[in-house]
Amino acid sequence: MFIIGELINGMYKDIGKAIQTKDKSIIQNKALEQIKAGADALDVNCGPASKDPINDIQWLVNTIQEVTDKPLSIDSSRTQVIESGLKVLKNKAIINSTTADQEKLDILIPLAMRYNARLIGLTISKKGIPQNKDQRLELAAMIVASAQEKGFPVEDLFLDPIVMPVNVAQSQMKDILESLREFKIISDPAPKTVVGLSNVSQGTCQRGLINKTFMIMAVGYGLDGAILDPLDKDLMDGAITSDLILNKHIYCDSYLDAYRKK
Amino acid sequence: MALDLVKEKWSNAVAVVTIGALKDEGGTRSSVVRCGGEEGLPFLFAEGKTPHRPVIAMEVLDVEPDDWPQSLTSAIGPAIKNPVEWAVKCEKDYKADLICLRLAGAHPDAQNRPAEQLTKVVKDILQATTIPLILIGCGEDKRDNEILPLCSQAAKGERLLIGETVQANYKTLTASALADGHSIIAQSPIDINIAKQLNILISDMSMSIERIVINPTVGALGYGLEYAYSIMERARLAALSGDKMLGMPFICFVGYEAWRAKEAKASETEFPTWGKQLERGIAWEALTATTFLQAGADILVMRHPKAVELVRKHIDELMKE
Repeated sequence: MFIIGELINGMYKDIGKAIQTKDKSIIQNKALEQIKAGADALDVNCGPASKDPINDIQWLVNTIQEVTDKPLSIDSSRTQVIESGLKVLKNKAIINSTTADQEKLDILIPLAMRYNARLIGLTISKKGIPQNKDQRLELAAMIVASAQEKGFPVEDLFLDPIVMPVNVAQSQMKDILESLREFKIISDPAPKTVVGLSNVSQGTCQRGLINKTFMIMAVGYGLDGAILDPLDKDLMDGAITSDLILNKHIYCDSYLDAYRKK
Repeated sequence: MALDLVKEKWSNAVAVVTIGALKDEGGTRSSVVRCGGEEGLPFLFAEGKTPHRPVIAMEVLDVEPDDWPQSLTSAIGPAIKNPVEWAVKCEKDYKADLICLRLAGAHPDAQNRPAEQLTKVVKDILQATTIPLILIGCGEDKRDNEILPLCSQAAKGERLLIGETVQANYKTLTASALADGHSIIAQSPIDINIAKQLNILISDMSMSIERIVINPTVGALGYGLEYAYSIMERARLAALSGDKMLGMPFICFVGYEAWRAKEAKASETEFPTWGKQLERGIAWEALTATTFLQAGADILVMRHPKAVELVRKHIDELMKE
């Protein structure tokens, strides 16, 4: 599974402070820690407290690519911040994210093409969060159609069905899982799928267990990638083992270590 | 309109292992052998480069073999009684890419030869030949752990390929090879899971993956060849898809396997309808070898000079783009 480490986000206290004081070592250590734990890419988000996200995102990107050449996922709801990050990015890029609103697609898909970036598309729109599988599928189809129309490679598109907290939207969980499978049949080549995992356990008292259980079930439904905390060893072991069960890598007694060394 | 074939894109290449060290590298060889480095499946040059062609090592025993059929021993002639002459013949007459010396005489159930005699054979062969050397123990763990470190030390700096390590016995030999600058053979019993595990165990001892060669263990034609082929194929597909712990070159002991086959050894009086024994044996070895080339073999260890010649010609053909 494609793991995007979520820990470089200004909403976390240590990261927020490091952005404020421009303390490179905290950011770089967090980057390397996540990679060592098995992250394939790192999410980069200035967080809500940043007063100058256009410059802060550039500082973060530059700081991180001093120590790694792993892909970076530039995470912001503002297109100007995303473009600012892409301008200084030398590593492979992921744009996190576009919604299914036409005006956003019209800006972000061409931007992704210009910077040779992969793109995360949230199945959400100005009308709000979808309430069932059909609404998710409709928004997903809109994103895929827009990508095809503009000549963006669909296999570089990651669709996110929007994972809701289980204690808020328990009745939607099955729909969310089934959406993952159905997104795949929208087009050939199929789009990839991704979830922002930690949301599923927001506000619950069994966060780790709920994250891990949802993720493993989602892998069974064909999930390709997740934005998660790679330092949660139990969670990562679950992800690696799910891939093993699906014959994506070859078993050996030390398969957990072997995966992390890849 | 011309048909466009579908091409696979691979994300990883097989590691390149160098065998032999030149004089200015601390050894005494006049040439080195590089194997591995494939960026795609065997001989599909449109999908990825094959920077190094498969090579043939010829097997030499430190003692006269007692279980080789006459059709094989007579091809080598009187030199079979003297490992140094035999090795020189492999280099000069048969144009082998490497020598593979098997210390069969070290086995406790064979001659249990003293260590001094064994290290002397290694040194003498290195002195008399100029091509790189593969060194194999007798296959008895305890004895190999005693003699191989001494031979490793005696050839320090020559960048041998030395073996064999197995899952239950790899530490002693790996430590020696690390100290003396040699590469190592990791043997697994036609088992991809053990092959991967052993590579991890060896690389955990700080042996780089550019110094490990996989012996997947093979079977001759009619004796498990398809099964061995499928294991190699699966390992190579995983390697090309990014699994570095399976991304090492393969060594296949095809001579050892083929000449154990009844079809290679049995006499004409026993099976008059099977045709000439000599032709059968050569064909059995050559066919076993060419099959494993298609599964990704990088080093073929062979015995009969005629089979070597046939397989070399076949490799020449396969390597034409």
